[in-house]
Amino acid sequence: MTDQNSQFVPIPDRPAPATTVGPVAWIRDNLFGSVSSSLTTLLFLYLFFTYVPLFIDWAILSANWTGSDRSVCDANREGACWTFIGVRLEQILFGLYFGSNPDQVWRPVTVFIVFFALLIPLMMERTPYKKWLALTLLIPFPVLFYVLIHGGSFGIPVADTTQWGGFLLTFALAFVGILFALPLGILLALGRRSDMPVIRAICVTYIEFWRGTPLITILFMASVMLPLFFPAGVEFDKVVRAMIGITLFQSAYTAEAVRGGLSAIPKGQYEAAMALGLGYWRRTAFIILPQALKISIPSIVNTFIALFKDTSLVSIIGLLDLLNMAQTASRSLEWNGYDMEGYLFAGFIFWMFCYGMSRYSQNLERKLDTDRRH
Amino acid sequence: MTQNTRIPFHRDPAVRAIAAQVVALLLVIYGLYSVFENTVNNLVARGMQTGTGFFDEVAPFKIGFSPFLDFSLGETTYLEVFFIGIQNTILIAVLGIIAATLLGFFVGVVRLSPNWLASRAALGYIEMFRNTPLLLQIMFWNFAVFLPSLPAPKNSIEMGFVYLNARGIHVPTPVVEDSTGLWIWMALLMALCIGLYRFARLAKARFEETGERLPVFWINILGFLAGGYVLYFVAGSPLGWDTPELGRFNFKGGGQLPLPMFSLWFALTVYTSAFIAENVRAGIQSVSHGQTEAAHALGLSRKDTVNLVVIPQALRVIIPPTISQYLNLTKNSSLAVAVGFEEIVALWAGITLNQTGQALIIIAMTIAVYECLSLFTSAVLNWYNRRVQLTER
Repeated sequence: MTDQNSQFVPIPDRPAPATTVGPVAWIRDNLFGSVSSSLTTLLFLYLFFTYVPLFIDWAILSANWTGSDRSVCDANREGACWTFIGVRLEQILFGLYFGSNPDQVWRPVTVFIVFFALLIPLMMERTPYKKWLALTLLIPFPVLFYVLIHGGSFGIPVADTTQWGGFLLTFALAFVGILFALPLGILLALGRRSDMPVIRAICVTYIEFWRGTPLITILFMASVMLPLFFPAGVEFDKVVRAMIGITLFQSAYTAEAVRGGLSAIPKGQYEAAMALGLGYWRRTAFIILPQALKISIPSIVNTFIALFKDTSLVSIIGLLDLLNMAQTASRSLEWNGYDMEGYLFAGFIFWMFCYGMSRYSQNLERKLDTDRRH
Repeated sequence: MTQNTRIPFHRDPAVRAIAAQVVALLLVIYGLYSVFENTVNNLVARGMQTGTGFFDEVAPFKIGFSPFLDFSLGETTYLEVFFIGIQNTILIAVLGIIAATLLGFFVGVVRLSPNWLASRAALGYIEMFRNTPLLLQIMFWNFAVFLPSLPAPKNSIEMGFVYLNARGIHVPTPVVEDSTGLWIWMALLMALCIGLYRFARLAKARFEETGERLPVFWINILGFLAGGYVLYFVAGSPLGWDTPELGRFNFKGGGQLPLPMFSLWFALTVYTSAFIAENVRAGIQSVSHGQTEAAHALGLSRKDTVNLVVIPQALRVIIPPTISQYLNLTKNSSLAVAVGFEEIVALWAGITLNQTGQALIIIAMTIAVYECLSLFTSAVLNWYNRRVQLTER
C-alpha cells in the first residue's frame, strides 16, 4: 500500500550540461560546427580584420570633419572629406533655393518635423486614433507641405516646384507618387477583378502597359511628350511632369499589390455581404476593402520602397533630386573630386529610409501571418 | 393587387453592367482621341513633322560598341542604330542575368549556412544592395570606384591576353580563318550533343531497370568540353585569335568592352543578385522540414536529399520570382544612359531623339521593345507555371 500523505515531489531540474549552453557552446555550434564551417569562420574573420579597420580609418578616424573649404581635405587625403558634406548639407537636403537662403530653411525643417511626428506614432503598435493620424498624413499634411514649401501665401516667399531639390524633392516625388497612386491603384485592382469583361480588359491593359516599361522611358515620355498630349496653353513644369509620370507608373504597381490583398479575401465574405443586401460599392467599401487593404499593406510598402529608390531616376532628366544634388555638389568647382563622399552620403540616406521601411513591412507581415504558422 | 415581379429597368444588374462598360469604353476612347487630336494640333502648331522618313538617313554620330552588327560612321542609318541599341540591351541583359544568377544562388545559399558569420555577412550584403537605388550604385561604381582607381592604358592590368584599364576591358576576339572548317566544327558539335543526349537517355533507362546511377551531369559537361576541344583540332583549328596589343595611346586589335558597360554589368549583377538571393533563401526555406526527414527515413543520403527532394521543390518557388527579376534587370539596363553605355534608351531615346527631334515615334518604338520583352517574359512564366502545376498532386 502507498502512503496516502506522500505526494509526488519532483526533484529540481538539473542545469543543462555546460557543453550545450553559454557563449562557448554557441561559438562552437555556430562558428566551428564542422571543418568547413571553421574554415569559413577563419576566412571571414581574416577578411573582416583586413578591410573593416581600413574603412573605419578612412571614414571616421582620419576623416576631415571641420573647416569650411577644401584646403582642409586637400591637406589630408588619407581620410574622407565630410567637411564637404557639412558645408553643402542644406543644399543636398533641401535644394539650391533653401541652400542659398538660410533664413528660409525653417520651412522644410518644419515640414519634416511634422511628417515624422505623424509617421512615427503611426508605425507603432499601440497608438490610439491611428485612422485619424493616417488621414491627417494623407490630406492636411500635403496642404501644409504646399503652403510652407511652395509659399506664396501668409507672407512666405514663393519657391516654385522647379526650385525644389535635394532630399526635399525626392520626398515630394515619392509622396505625390504614393498619394495619387493609391486611390488610382485601388480602382484599377477592383477593375481587374471585376466581372465585366470590358472594364477588366481596360484595367489589365493599363496595368501591364506601365509595368512592362522601364521608369526612365516613362520619364522621358513625360518630359518630352506630355506637353503634346494636352491642349495648347496647358503647361506643366518639369517637376510636375515627372510627378505625373511617376504617379501613372506607380498606380500600376499599387494595383497589383492591392489585387494580392483582394484575392486573399475568402469568398464567404463576398457572399455574406451580398446576403445582407449590400450593393457592390457598399460591399466593397465596408466589407472587402478594409480587410484587403490591411493584408496588402506589406506589399504596398514594398512597392513604395521601390518607388522611393526609383525617384533617383529623375536625375537623368535633369532634376536636382538627392542623388543629382550630391553629385552636382561633388563636381562643383570648390569640391571637385570628392565623388565618393557625395555618393556615400546620398546612398546612406536612401538606405536608412528603405531599410527602415523594409523592416517595418517585414514585421507587419509576420504579425498578419499569425494564423498561417505550421 | 397585381404582383409585380419585374425588376425595374434601371435596377437590373445585367443592364447596369452593360451600361457601365459602354460608359467606360466611351470615356477611354474619348480620352485617347483627345490625346491624339491634341498631339496632332500641337505638332502642326509647332511646325513639327512626324513619320518614319528619318529611318533611312545616315546617323551622324559614332557608336563605340557594337560587337555583332557592323557600324561605320557615315554609312549606318538610324534604323540600323535602333537595331544596334536592341543588340546591346540584349547583350548586357544576358551577361547580367548569367552573373546575377550565379552570384545570387551563391549568396542565397550562404545566407542559409549554419555558420553564423557567413549567414550574417550574406544578410548584410543583401540588405545593403537591395536598399539603395540602382542608379546610385551604377554611378558609384563607375565614377567613384572604377574610373579613379583603374590605370591608364599604358599601365593596364594584365591577365593573360585580357587587359583592364580605365577605358574598359580589352579581350581577344575569335577570327574565322577557315569558314568551311568552322561549319565542319559546328556540325561535329551538333553530332556530339546528339550523342550525349542519347547517352543520357540510355543512362536513364538503365537506372530505371537496374537502379544504378551514373553521374550523367558531370559526364555530359566533361564530354562536351573535352569533345569540343578535340573536335576543334579535327576540324582543322578554323578560328584564329585577334589579341589586343598596346599601341602608342591605346590598344589595337581584339575587342573592347567599354568601362561604362563593365560598370553597368557589375552594378546590375550585384543589385539583382541581392534580390535573387532572397528568392533562393525563401525557396529553400519553403520546403518543409518533413520532406527532409522523410527523405532521410527512406535512406537517401544527404546529397541525394538535397538534389532529389529539396532542390526540385525549392526551384518551383524560386523560379517564377527569379524570372521577374530577369525582366527587371533587362528594364534596369536602361539606366546605362547615366554612364553612357549605348543600349536602346541611351542610343535611341537619347542621342537619336536629340538629333532628329522625332519624340513621338522614337518613344513609341522604345516602349514597344520593352513591351515585347515583357510579354515574352510573362509567356515564359505562364508556360512554366502551367508545367509546374501539371506535376503537382
